[in-house]
Amino acid sequence: MMNNSKKIALTGGAAAAEALKQINPDVMPVYPITPQTPIVETFAKFVADGEAATEMIEVESEHSAMSAAVGASAAGARTMTASSSQGILLMAEILPIAFGTRLPILMLVSARAISAPINIHGDHQDVMFVRDSGWIQIFSENAQEVYDNTFIALRLAEKVRLPAMVIMDGFQTSHSVENLEILENSVVKNFVGEYQSKNNLLDFENPKSFGPVSLPNSYFEFKRAQIEAMKEAETEYKNICHEYGKISGRNYDYFESYKLDDAEKAIVVAGSTAGTAKMAVDELREQGEKVGLLKIKLFRPFPYDKIAEALKNVKNIAVFDRTVSFGSKPPIYSEVVECLYMIRDTKYIIQPYIYGLGGREIFKEDIKKIFQENWDGKETKYIGLK
Amino acid sequence: MNKELTKHLAPGHSTCAGCGIPAIVRTVLDATDDLVVVVSVTGCLEVTSTLYPYSAWKVPFIHSAFENGGATAAGIDGALKALRKRNKIPAEKKIKVVVFAGDGGTYDIGLQSLSGALERGHDFLYVCYDNEAYMNTGGQRSGATPFGADTETTPAGKKSFGKKEKRKDLMSIVIAHHIKYAAQANVAYLPDLAKKAKKALELEGPRFLLVLQPCTNLWKYATSEYVRIGKLATETNFWPLYEYENGVYKINWATEKPKPIEEFLKTQGRFKHLFRPGGEKVIAEMQKEVDEDWKRLVNLVEV
Amino acid sequence: MNWENIEEGAIITHDIKKSPHTGDWRYMKPQVDKKSCIGCGQCFSFCPEACIDYDSERKADIDYEICKGCGVCATVCPQHAIKMAKNT
Repeated sequence: MMNNSKKIALTGGAAAAEALKQINPDVMPVYPITPQTPIVETFAKFVADGEAATEMIEVESEHSAMSAAVGASAAGARTMTASSSQGILLMAEILPIAFGTRLPILMLVSARAISAPINIHGDHQDVMFVRDSGWIQIFSENAQEVYDNTFIALRLAEKVRLPAMVIMDGFQTSHSVENLEILENSVVKNFVGEYQSKNNLLDFENPKSFGPVSLPNSYFEFKRAQIEAMKEAETEYKNICHEYGKISGRNYDYFESYKLDDAEKAIVVAGSTAGTAKMAVDELREQGEKVGLLKIKLFRPFPYDKIAEALKNVKNIAVFDRTVSFGSKPPIYSEVVECLYMIRDTKYIIQPYIYGLGGREIFKEDIKKIFQENWDGKETKYIGLK
Repeated sequence: MNKELTKHLAPGHSTCAGCGIPAIVRTVLDATDDLVVVVSVTGCLEVTSTLYPYSAWKVPFIHSAFENGGATAAGIDGALKALRKRNKIPAEKKIKVVVFAGDGGTYDIGLQSLSGALERGHDFLYVCYDNEAYMNTGGQRSGATPFGADTETTPAGKKSFGKKEKRKDLMSIVIAHHIKYAAQANVAYLPDLAKKAKKALELEGPRFLLVLQPCTNLWKYATSEYVRIGKLATETNFWPLYEYENGVYKINWATEKPKPIEEFLKTQGRFKHLFRPGGEKVIAEMQKEVDEDWKRLVNLVEV
Repeated sequence: MNWENIEEGAIITHDIKKSPHTGDWRYMKPQVDKKSCIGCGQCFSFCPEACIDYDSERKADIDYEICKGCGVCATVCPQHAIKMAKNT
């Protein structure tokens, strides 16, 4: 532990709220949805007790939460919100607007299944549904990463003027108590600094018009410029992680490689299941099996060449997706295939697996079994399906 | 160009020839000397005033989507409160947040967002320019379209007299949020609108103006006629001018002898079918509604 | 303009030089009879384009660069001092 930190036990949701308290954002429009509530309720209490001076706006829907966030952020306020599942889908119209207007709104996501049928438990369908919305998306394995990613994502969002989501697994992370190290307030304050917007709606000397109409003679150019902004986010992410490592002692990268160097078989997974998978890897390693893991962290922008480099020597890869892309292959799988397609002289077997939908549990033993299965990369397989 | 009248919204916008929306915007914004931030929602005003690369707005302007005028204003209000609390905006700097939205964006798709913002008591003025249909998409019926009107989605035909339902009473819905001030105005009566806008802008909290805006395209009349047709809407009691302030209703224009509704209807192509055989029943129904609505309003004033 | 220099976030500022030339829309042209005009200003505020102002003699003066030719000014003039004529 570094001198400037202390160890406490918190749920992932409370860890997010702790980080928000230390950031002390200007405005936070929020609307309740399970399993996002622990984040917002914990934070609301901080505000009620005067530990944060944030202007909370208890809106009447997630659509309005994101719309109010756009208004507040355009007006130069450091703006955050939190949501899950149907809430994120209701926001879906406004998410690309926040992106296209280059507003660095930060959203804590407690990822959850989407209807129908309705289900309040964890999976990644909500965040994957909006993966093309232009938001930076960072997955967290546990409460510690939720806490750390909140600062990293904020700095990144404001640096490149793009909105960002910090994703934790609904319930598994948002509601589970874990030990984590938190930084001193002054250290956080120094790291996140004061927010200075580039284009401010409240600039009365040089008034701006936000949200114009663009016809076919300009729209394409706006989109191309937005693509570039995401590229910049990929570069800056690494720099900010490096800077964060210096104040926290926790060094993050685009992804986490776990016992991957000499691995013959590896799984790729995002979120809390990476923790379980690491235990499975450890036990199989003890039995002499050369297995490893790649944990996705930065999902948007997706660091293709870095992941290709990390996986290039692993010939057998299983990709775990906690979501479905109906009529298609699951998204992380597709991204990994794209990474390895870059390496044309090697033949890989890449096996898609879908797991954990609607809160379906996945245990260490399940993952050990998966490692022992024969992967042929033909059909998508399902873990724990009855 | 008239310099006095174009301090907020400049010409060069592409509203249809003969559209009254710019006159509403100018009259409302000219009613204050404070700084203003304009919020708009997808619709005629937004599309015609910010066609890239030209913005007609000389004051801060934001549009993000169709149904979120109330929420966008709420976010700006939240930012103003937060930044004042942190001394990033000086206390003496007065800033008004003004929303302009059409009837589609207000009565229908944006009603929830408006309701939420009204209920939470944000400090903003919401102005609905009501042209009684979805004009930006070419004239489909909205919750503001009057009974009997021919629109693209409620066309008059052999078996149809146009829209079968009465328009929504938006003023009552808004007033039910316990706000301090709401008023119904008409672009044909600009001094009345200016007075209401001034009063509204001097107050704090949520305030609301519902302004009739005849539309040359959907209502189907010559481009030169919006003022004359707007006046007839009020002179027939189809669109009374009134205000609600702290629980008290006040009628701002009345006549002993209101004109029959036909006087208003016959000026517009959207009611042309009502002057064919069989239409008289619909007109009689409309007259009955106008009379009843007027009586209800008069009762509110007397209470 | 190209994608590398287009406005970030599509956020723009007012610049009258970039405005469409709405005077080109006109097919009927309002003409003020300066003798009848009493300078009441009634047409100023109803004109959708706000393109009417006083001339040096306090009579209505129309900016034809902007005027779309809708004819509202002619309708609202209490003196009938504005007449619409074919735009030539």
